[in-house]
Amino acid sequence: MRPRRVLVTGVSRFLGGRLAAHLAADPDIEAVVGVDTVEPRADLGRTQVVRADIRSPNIAKIIANAEVDTVVHLSVVATPLMVGGRTAMKEINVIGTMQLLAACQKSPSVRKLVLKSTTAVYGSSPKDPALFTEDDEPRNLPRSGYAKDSVEVEGYVRGFGRRRPDVALTMLRFTNFVGPSIDTPLTRYFSLPVVPKVFGFDPRIQFCHEDDAVEVLRLATLEDKAGIYNVGGSGVLLLSQAIRRAGRVSFPVLEPLVSFAGQGFRRAGVVDFSPEQLRFLEHGRVADTTRLREKFGYVPRYTSLQAFDDFVRARGLNRVLNPEVAGAVEAAVLERLTPRRRIHA
Amino acid sequence: MPEARVIPLREGDVPVRTAEPFVPGDYDDTDAPEWEKRLAGALAFVRRRITGDYPIDEFGFDPDLNDHVFMTAVRPLYEKWFRVEARGLENVPDTGGALIVANHSGTLPLDAIGVSLPLLDQHPAHRHLRMLGADLVFRLPVVAPLARKAGHTLACNADAERLLSSGELVGVWPEGFKGVGKPFSERYKLQRFGRGGFVSAALKTGVPIIPVSIVGAEEIYPMIGNMKTLARLLGLPYVPVTPTFPLLGPLGAVPLPSKWLIEFGEPIHTEHYGAAAADDPMLVFNLTDQVREVIQQTLYRLLMQRRSVFF
Repeated sequence: MRPRRVLVTGVSRFLGGRLAAHLAADPDIEAVVGVDTVEPRADLGRTQVVRADIRSPNIAKIIANAEVDTVVHLSVVATPLMVGGRTAMKEINVIGTMQLLAACQKSPSVRKLVLKSTTAVYGSSPKDPALFTEDDEPRNLPRSGYAKDSVEVEGYVRGFGRRRPDVALTMLRFTNFVGPSIDTPLTRYFSLPVVPKVFGFDPRIQFCHEDDAVEVLRLATLEDKAGIYNVGGSGVLLLSQAIRRAGRVSFPVLEPLVSFAGQGFRRAGVVDFSPEQLRFLEHGRVADTTRLREKFGYVPRYTSLQAFDDFVRARGLNRVLNPEVAGAVEAAVLERLTPRRRIHA
Repeated sequence: MPEARVIPLREGDVPVRTAEPFVPGDYDDTDAPEWEKRLAGALAFVRRRITGDYPIDEFGFDPDLNDHVFMTAVRPLYEKWFRVEARGLENVPDTGGALIVANHSGTLPLDAIGVSLPLLDQHPAHRHLRMLGADLVFRLPVVAPLARKAGHTLACNADAERLLSSGELVGVWPEGFKGVGKPFSERYKLQRFGRGGFVSAALKTGVPIIPVSIVGAEEIYPMIGNMKTLARLLGLPYVPVTPTFPLLGPLGAVPLPSKWLIEFGEPIHTEHYGAAAADDPMLVFNLTDQVREVIQQTLYRLLMQRRSVFF
């Protein structure tokens, strides 16, 4: 089914704005309705932006009036820093989703629902398999923060799917976003001048480039791609390796002190580390994206490494110690020590 | 063992999967003396480490670090101290997946590296052994990232099958803590072989099982007692008492210089059973017993051949 009238929640944030702008540029789509509590800063073309809170029943009126056939739910937020506290975050994520789903269930026009979820639903523990597939259950159910909200949101969406079997559901479990423009707890973390890490741990991290994320969301909206998919670049980086590629210095914090350090960063408003994210910094998480490639039919343009390098380049992070400088130093040292050496430029 | 003296820190030893070398110029090594090549290799290695320019696989395996640092660091212990003698390496295929199954002993699992070193140094295909470890390994700080970087992963069927089907050589020690932490009096008596999970992984992926028997590792830290209360307090499976530990403190960490014999046995083929056979518990049990029996008999034979524990 080609969508004609699309509703995008969370349109004032990065992914929502980019997706709405893409959809608005598509002549086959009659109307794009964007919902958010704040006015978007980016130019969204002919998107009709409605300032509304999805926690309120108004959302049902918006869906009914616009005769929406496809709902793209992107307003599950990852960090309380942007919305003013954990309570507000939980309400936006869980109550907001419940209101939105209640409205969708009442609407006869809705035919498709696309949910932006996260691989954080798999949790992070030493008992995890090296790669999570979409059918894996978490060994330790996430107990707090974004991950817990996402588990609950997925549960509500599944429940909605049972009550409205005629609506096609696509759940996209994204790995950590990274890229030139997107702002996430992890991009802030890697932008810190000294990057704290948990002593004695070096997690594997998988990245999803922002362009790939927008493209996957666009395909899921336009085409019939029902199902659950892990979305991320192939390959992984170790945290230590990522810090080095970003030209940063790491600062190991002993495990018992980690939660104190996390609180300090939260109070300073720099980066929010929930206990789930701290566990992630110990054990990491990697998702198997075979289903995305084979069934969904999308091969991400960026590997994890390329996505991270693009982020580092665009933000100008490794200005002091970058590969060119390191290569030049290496050549100079070798030149000095071995006079007979020949270099072919 | 001519292959054992691999020149360390040489670019090209490692299959570099993300080719992005920032080498300023090509090194012309045709007439350069050996020390220059080594210096150039070492500098390139340091530059790669500082800039994070090395490939990691999905399991966290860092071949650049493993081959140039970890293996270089432990090689003298196994070559000079334990004088490891590997036999039957021709039973390990040059390419494709295979499951190495070995006996486990020695209080500390040093025998695992003893098996992987000859495979890297003496096997014609210089194969990396990807071991499956207990979740305790991945819970411990410092140990967990070392294990991942050396290419090892959690002992679970998902990981075993993923590695085997991508053509890796996988090592399992089915006795687990029961084997490595058994008292000295029970040396060379194989413990229960887990629940046969390794056999079903081999059946599902159709790879051969290679039974490996290790003689010598039992004597490195003779375990004469177990501080059970302390072990429970620390959350460890056992805390050993050996003739030198805890009596001599840190000196107790020095293993006895036993002479090691490692025999790679003839492969037990599984591909003719078909992948569905993994769900046949009787076949899985029978194959598990067969592997266990082969290792036990080989251990007895090797023990008969051995002149003494230390020579």
